[in-house]
Amino acid sequence: MFDKKISQAEQEQFQKKYEQLKPKTPILKNVLWAFVVGGLICMLGQFLINYYISLGFSKKEASGPTSVTLIFLSAFFTGLGIYDELGRRAGAGSIVPITGFANSIVAPAMEFKREGYVFGIGAKMFVIAGPVLVYGISTAILIGFIYWLRL
Amino acid sequence: MNKKRGQQSIIFSSPPVITSTANIVGPMEGEGQLTEFYDKILEDTLDGNSSWEKCESKMMEWAINTAVNKDNSVLGDIDYVLAGDLLNQLMSTHFALRGIGRPFLGLYGACSTLAEGMLLASTLIDGSFGNKTIAAASSHHDAAERQYRFPTEQGVQRPMVAQWTVTGSGAVVISATGNGPRITAATVGKIVDIGLKDPNAMGPAMAPAAADTLWHHFEDCGRRPDYYDMIYTGDLGSVGKALVIELFKAKGVDLSANYEDCGCMIFKDNQDVHAGASGCASSAIVFTGYIYRLLMQQKLHRILFVGTGSLHSTTSYQQKDSIPCIAHAVAIEM
Repeated sequence: MFDKKISQAEQEQFQKKYEQLKPKTPILKNVLWAFVVGGLICMLGQFLINYYISLGFSKKEASGPTSVTLIFLSAFFTGLGIYDELGRRAGAGSIVPITGFANSIVAPAMEFKREGYVFGIGAKMFVIAGPVLVYGISTAILIGFIYWLRL
Repeated sequence: MNKKRGQQSIIFSSPPVITSTANIVGPMEGEGQLTEFYDKILEDTLDGNSSWEKCESKMMEWAINTAVNKDNSVLGDIDYVLAGDLLNQLMSTHFALRGIGRPFLGLYGACSTLAEGMLLASTLIDGSFGNKTIAAASSHHDAAERQYRFPTEQGVQRPMVAQWTVTGSGAVVISATGNGPRITAATVGKIVDIGLKDPNAMGPAMAPAAADTLWHHFEDCGRRPDYYDMIYTGDLGSVGKALVIELFKAKGVDLSANYEDCGCMIFKDNQDVHAGASGCASSAIVFTGYIYRLLMQQKLHRILFVGTGSLHSTTSYQQKDSIPCIAHAVAIEM
């Protein structure tokens, strides 16, 4: 059936068949889940900000303890094995908020604990968050430089 | 006498007998469609071990020992063990075999490992190089997931075409004499790479390899698909299975009547695994459980068992390479 080197045409023909048979992503369902879960996480953030403001923090100061609380909750629920179940359904809804970032650090840290504190947790903790940090910080520096030039 | 037939096949002159099989699975597989066909179902994916890899090793060791016990043999009767798994350097297999103490040949055929092992074991028996061999394979969902994809607690959304790696192990005792179904023919697969690059879509990538091996099997042995009661592929999943049927349809052959994929038989629809099961254990637990029992009960008389393997590595897909695949077939008759 495939005795000679597979030609470009054969590859394309197969690719076409595959695209036809590939199960469709349930976009509407996924988007709704992402919208609701992402929205709820943000709403929780708003509740926290209001709570910290009521404790006497200024609006600007309150964002610090709010982030810390959300990160703690995400790490906690990752540890309990719940956050990945949420992520499976909510997709970007639970990946994009700061809780998703915390999950992406805690998950490998937990997973690679068996390889020890240095080569396991230490080396693998940023395996997913690392690229985000590298490009996030690089972009921030670039934008900062442009901002500085404009002044 | 030369036993080779055609381009890729072998017809055994004294067909070796599958005298016993054993399997062990994880909890999720245990809740699936084939619960009654498993010898042991673990309560959790660690089973008291300190890591998933160690758990996988223990599963394989248990499967090998249980298959030997069911055969009323002792480990000393086994001339060769042919086994493999999915982890780097065949970690699970090598550690499992420490306690077995028999001559061992490690195999890497990704998820085609059990079929590859049965094929080679049969040639060893038919060639009179021994009287009893074991072929075994294992995979572990969590161990495979962390090697190939993301940490298991990472909150990612899996695409619909993705398959679920099976936690389990299966072992097959193949003997020169005894009662049971016989391995009458085999077809050695060749590497087929159709150019798909998505490591989430391994079933579709393997479909051309499976179709190629099936095609050559029929051609070399002068058989048609209806010679067999059933044809089983290892872990193509629902999309890969549909693609094999399509590839045969394009050649004017209808395969849909007696063809099934082991990856579509393990989990229930409500287990949210998407396109089906995958992993060495996909074909291993279905063959050693369901298929073997149906053969022994004479509900199936002739089957073709095709192990399918996706031979990419984590390095190769990061370097944007396509996925080379393989499929090996063994014909089993009762």
